[in-house]
Amino acid sequence: MATRVLVLLGTKKGAFTLESDAARRSWSLRGPFCETWPMNHVIADPASGTIYAGGGNEWFGAAVWKSADLGRTWTHSSDGLAYEAGEDAISSVWSLASRNGQLYAGVQPAGLFVSDDHGQTWAQVAGLREHPTRPKWQPGGAGLILHSIVPHPADPDQMWIGISAAGVFHTADGGRTWEPRNSGTRCDFLPEAERYPEFGQCVHCLVMAPDQPDRLYQQNHCGMYRSEDGGQHWESIEAGLPSSFGFPAVTHPRDPSTLYLLPLNGDIAGRYVPEGKAAVWRTRDGGARWEAMRNGLPQENAFFGVLRQAMAADRLDPAGVYAGTNTGTLFASADEGESWTSIAQHLPPILSVETLVIDA
Amino acid sequence: MRSSPADEHVTVVLPSALMRLFPGCEREPAICATSVREMVDALDRRWPGIRDRLCDSTPRVRLHINIFVEGERAALETPLPPGAEVVIMTAISGG
Repeated sequence: MATRVLVLLGTKKGAFTLESDAARRSWSLRGPFCETWPMNHVIADPASGTIYAGGGNEWFGAAVWKSADLGRTWTHSSDGLAYEAGEDAISSVWSLASRNGQLYAGVQPAGLFVSDDHGQTWAQVAGLREHPTRPKWQPGGAGLILHSIVPHPADPDQMWIGISAAGVFHTADGGRTWEPRNSGTRCDFLPEAERYPEFGQCVHCLVMAPDQPDRLYQQNHCGMYRSEDGGQHWESIEAGLPSSFGFPAVTHPRDPSTLYLLPLNGDIAGRYVPEGKAAVWRTRDGGARWEAMRNGLPQENAFFGVLRQAMAADRLDPAGVYAGTNTGTLFASADEGESWTSIAQHLPPILSVETLVIDA
Repeated sequence: MRSSPADEHVTVVLPSALMRLFPGCEREPAICATSVREMVDALDRRWPGIRDRLCDSTPRVRLHINIFVEGERAALETPLPPGAEVVIMTAISGG
């Protein structure tokens, strides 16, 4: 059986795809797609193979693009992807997630929308926007963005989302009501006595362990964390890492105790890899111990970062891991992070990386 | 419903970047409208979704879209004289 492996890229100048076979040694690049609109997140529905790309264009606004033929042809829609008249308009789509035929979109300014017709029309998940804490949500460096959408794999009423900088919120009733899930995550940017508020944390990326929905990980502006109870309590896992700052967090496709991070040198230190030496950091035990994976990554004069949605794993065995830089290079590992090669260079700044494996 | 006499038609010139988003879109459609808002609504009926590309939900003409009526920058409320030429252009933006 021939296996096709696709890496889906959102960049500042459109969407791209790279394709290989199961060996993942040679790759062919296609793109840019989506009329070179900035694409914050490009995903695939694994069931249908449909590709969705969410972004926003400086002239024409926010939309979700769709391709049912792996990128050859595209349509777009923003029908219903809007707040009420008089409110600030949506400037871009930031994050996408699919679950059992439903498609979710997180937008800027922060809100959540759902489509039941594969991205043709959208409706707001109003309960989040009506949350009593919303007037106090503060924008992070990228604006007030809903960037992480984590559906429960079995319970359609449960979902977690991450907003920068409002924190993690969870719903157990299909989005009607939400509660903050930030206990134990700190705000170094607040006075010392105020550093553990109920909400307002600058979560950067929220992910769920495979087959273990109570185990969540997050990369925060201020630390790395693991939760064993669906985010009700968070424990720091940053000991052993070179900094507490970074953007992406990637889980392994099968092992709930493996996590990949890419720490940067600090929020006001340049936000590039520490000492100009690139490393993906991996834990195999839920964050107790970390190892730097450097083989094949540049070890001098590297001044790039990897953004919050720009790292991903595929579902093959051994798992492939991919990291796209904000300087337009895509690094790939076909051996769970042990060794790396550059499989694309000179691209626009990479905003998102996702994968699609097709057993043709 | 208001009648649509021929002399209420205006000619709209669309930017090529917009046309690429709507396959089959004409470059210079003749539209029956007496204001920019009516013109946008009429364009959206012919090419569904085009309103969202020209206007945001505030609602207003998008910040980096310029709509010129007889050479003057217009807003949604701007009236359209019969036979007017309306030119829609992408403004200086990007990054």
